[in-house]
Amino acid sequence: MEKLRVTHVAKAFEDKQVLKDVNITLREKEIVSLLGVSGVGKTTLFHIIAGLTMPDEGQVVMEGEEITGKPGYVSYMLQKDLLLPYRTIVDNVALPLLVKGVKKKEAREKAGAYFEEFGLEGTQKKYPAQLSGGMRQRAALLRTYLFSKGVALLDEPFSALDTITKGSMHRWYLDIMEQIQLSTIFITHDIDEAILLSDRVFLMGGQPGTITKEIIINEPKPRREDFNLTEEFLEYKREIIRELKG
Amino acid sequence: MRKKSQNIISSRANKKNGFASRLLPFSAIAAVLVIWQTVSMTGLVPEFMLPSPVGVARAFIGDFPLLMSHLWTSLAEAFLGLGLGILVGFLAALLMDSFEGCYRAFYPVIVITQTIPTIAIAPLLVLWMGYDIAPKVTLIVIVTFFPIAVGLLEGFRSADEDALRLLKAMGAGRWQIFRYVKFPQALNSFFSSLRISVSYSVVGAVIAEWLGGYKGLGVYMTRVRSAYAFDKMFAVIFLISAISLLLMGCVTLLRKKCMPWEKK
Repeated sequence: MEKLRVTHVAKAFEDKQVLKDVNITLREKEIVSLLGVSGVGKTTLFHIIAGLTMPDEGQVVMEGEEITGKPGYVSYMLQKDLLLPYRTIVDNVALPLLVKGVKKKEAREKAGAYFEEFGLEGTQKKYPAQLSGGMRQRAALLRTYLFSKGVALLDEPFSALDTITKGSMHRWYLDIMEQIQLSTIFITHDIDEAILLSDRVFLMGGQPGTITKEIIINEPKPRREDFNLTEEFLEYKREIIRELKG
Repeated sequence: MRKKSQNIISSRANKKNGFASRLLPFSAIAAVLVIWQTVSMTGLVPEFMLPSPVGVARAFIGDFPLLMSHLWTSLAEAFLGLGLGILVGFLAALLMDSFEGCYRAFYPVIVITQTIPTIAIAPLLVLWMGYDIAPKVTLIVIVTFFPIAVGLLEGFRSADEDALRLLKAMGAGRWQIFRYVKFPQALNSFFSSLRISVSYSVVGAVIAEWLGGYKGLGVYMTRVRSAYAFDKMFAVIFLISAISLLLMGCVTLLRKKCMPWEKK
């Protein structure tokens, strides 16, 4: 089932064309990556899908409803966890519920119910500064999940983590995605990450930026333990590098 | 195990250091008092010009009940003025943050109000409003709202852009963005401003009382001055300093209470 569709999106800032004719579809429970070099317009596209920026042309449709320029539908998460330092973890995670008008006590209970599943048990009453980077990203993902209506944008969420933490976060991420109903567009410049996590990879390039290629990753989920060491994985990687070099 | 014991040692060293460095300002004050007392006792400066610390203490104890009753009046004015000052400062900051036009129009005006010397405007206020509490409270509002308004405004305007965007993406309205992001992020600068305003409020009350009134530390001050009672003058000066310090300490405590996430 189709969850989100981005059609013919174009955007210019002060006469400089940033995006041109961008088309993306996202199906239910799918993870789709947007891969491209810095400055290709990934963040602009991201703001358009989140409803924070109005595109000059094109539209964003979620489950048949047009949401172009309307915030509150697609949730997002950044490399910076953006947990508010003055709120406890449970109050941070419950924030999207509070914004929707849920009562404080109920919001805390609702958010608290997911803590175990997200590997956050025992952190409810702690402040963000007391948690490790990996734990903070988990909390940020839970908040993103609670604020979503089924679609989330992740903008390089794991790129600030060290390699080992990143690896375990990838495994954890795929696990949790099996359990929760979330369709994700994942922005990254890490080719390995894109192949490892996605069902499909969209390559972005050009000036103005657009989708240059769609690559389908034919590897069942959950992924094999050593998928990133297999010949198939390397073949995908070669293909992507070839395409990015253009 | 070794690491733990090292930690204990280093924390003990820290504690010792902390204790010594805390003692330092007190010893400096004590040294000044000792020198002062010596100067007075040797008769280098005559007692009626500069009373000795012991003399000041005697005056303080002797006039204690009277000082306390004046103190309550001054404190009541200071609190009332400070409370209103916070309210006015908060509203001004809120307006200037919400509407760019307000910011451009009123910010310069607010800065100009601060260039007017307090001592020059106080007699006018007395002429306009009489000898009661009104001119005192007004003066205190004028001196205390400014740090609050500027501190809060700076806090509101420096709110993290990404956090604001996140809240917007969640569909939060203006009030929710204010409540969840702008206000808590401004608390730090608010408390820094409050420390300043608290001491201004006490000084403001005293200055306003100098220029006319029936009760208060400022009134007491003008009376003992006309009697050339230097020891009582010093007693009241020390009392004002002590009260200001105490109130600033209260602000620090309040800040800790209101910002529990700042704990290390």
